[in-house]
Amino acid sequence: MLVLPLVVVFVFSFGERGPAGGYVPAFTFDNFLNLGTRWAAFKNTLVLAPVGTLACLLIAYPLAYFLAIRAGDRWKTLLLILVIVPFWTSILIRSYAWIFLLGGQGLPALLDSLGLGNPRLINTPFAVLVGIVYGYLPLMVFPIYVSLERLDKRLLEASSDLGCPPARTFLNVTLPLSMAGVATGCMLVFILLMGEFLIPAMLGGGKVFFVGNALVDLFLQSRNWAFGSAVAVALVLVMLVTVTAYMRATRRWAGGRDDVSLM
Amino acid sequence: MRIYALAVYLFLYIPIGIIALFSFNAGKHASQFTGFSLQWYGKALGNPFVTEAFQTSLIVAAVSALLATVFGTMAALALQSVKGRLRVAFDALIYVAVMVPGIVIGIATLIALVTVFDWLNPTLAALWPVADAAPQLSLGYGSLIAAHGLFSMALVIIIVRARIAGMDRSLIEASADLGATPWGTFRQVTLPQIFPGILAGFLLAFTFSFDDFIIAFFVAGSQTTLPIYVFSSIRRGVTPEINAIGSMVLAVSLILLITAQLVLRRDRKA
Repeated sequence: MLVLPLVVVFVFSFGERGPAGGYVPAFTFDNFLNLGTRWAAFKNTLVLAPVGTLACLLIAYPLAYFLAIRAGDRWKTLLLILVIVPFWTSILIRSYAWIFLLGGQGLPALLDSLGLGNPRLINTPFAVLVGIVYGYLPLMVFPIYVSLERLDKRLLEASSDLGCPPARTFLNVTLPLSMAGVATGCMLVFILLMGEFLIPAMLGGGKVFFVGNALVDLFLQSRNWAFGSAVAVALVLVMLVTVTAYMRATRRWAGGRDDVSLM
Repeated sequence: MRIYALAVYLFLYIPIGIIALFSFNAGKHASQFTGFSLQWYGKALGNPFVTEAFQTSLIVAAVSALLATVFGTMAALALQSVKGRLRVAFDALIYVAVMVPGIVIGIATLIALVTVFDWLNPTLAALWPVADAAPQLSLGYGSLIAAHGLFSMALVIIIVRARIAGMDRSLIEASADLGATPWGTFRQVTLPQIFPGILAGFLLAFTFSFDDFIIAFFVAGSQTTLPIYVFSSIRRGVTPEINAIGSMVLAVSLILLITAQLVLRRDRKA
């Protein structure tokens, strides 16, 4: 069920577009040679997916640290649920909320009335980035929380008993031991971002688009399935290369990967 | 540290809160809150496109969640007896199904279904007893339910299996030793124990289907689910009516999620 469609997409990518859209069997590399016309989509994805992942990580780590190590037991469960709940609600409505907030009548109008100028926020890379962080933050917090929670707290006590200042304890003990969670979180967010469609469609307004938007356009609007398949194959290849490289790089400093359960 | 956490929670919840707040706005403009009113809810619920899309979403979510729960539970129970390398392969596939971007699933399902329909429709037409009256298979309710059911099944399997893993196995042995038939043991011992997992799985599967936009976008054919309706109306411009619909969608998923959490947690404590 999962492998067969990928094979079909691979076969389709060598075909041609039928006169009324759809697909006609053929063997040609034209679709792959045309990939250059969609370069902007690949460029946006390859820039904003890593930047978005990094932004998620930077915001998520302190929160996960707070939840796992600082928060009292009474509140911990509730606070954790509060992080996960948005993840399970409609990403469509949550992105829409940002259209509302970043649109002309929202934040820019507020800033204007405060005399801080009237910047255009919606339909910019910034808006897409905000949407990404908003959408994927829970997915990043959770694996980091799991790895910090499992961490043996006695190690932290030992470190401070032995006269290590808090900052060095964090750098030498906490951070290395939570790397598995960081690696898992980054991986999950990055993979999902590579295929993102909704957030750029809603907050990028046709100006900031991802490969996902090109795919929707090719499959549903211009119905050029052969070229669409070629774009999909290229995306899967790019994902394979980056993810493999990433795993190679992280295996050195992250022992095992944490299992993620989101409920 | 506390202040930081508070800021992140505000970041997570303020946008949702603002949508909910402005859905009660009396004014027409999204920018200024001019008083409390339920008029946008009235407008939304009086719009035949909205009610129809809402109905489609409910039917698809209910049927696909039911199928996913039945087959997912059976699969989770069957996976118990699968061991070794095959088990590892199954586990990996289930996680892949949950983690693959929705767009890949959408495209793959679209292509797979259309290809199968292209094969089946001529055959069906040739075999049908009445000429030119053969049913045409096309995208619609069937494909929506199938696609949602298939992928939420993976969710159900994961949740029910966690439940089975936490179950006291000696009870099953005791039941068998006391002469219960395997079916009797299943009905009276296994099922009551894993039931919270099954119920939570159903609720999550329902939420998944009800909220899903991207898979539905590809396989819905001429049908319109509520998320598809919302997406296309946002493209036409932001109206207070969308705030009302959005708040309702959020409320439905929040209620289901909280129920699922309560079911799982109350039972864990008992």
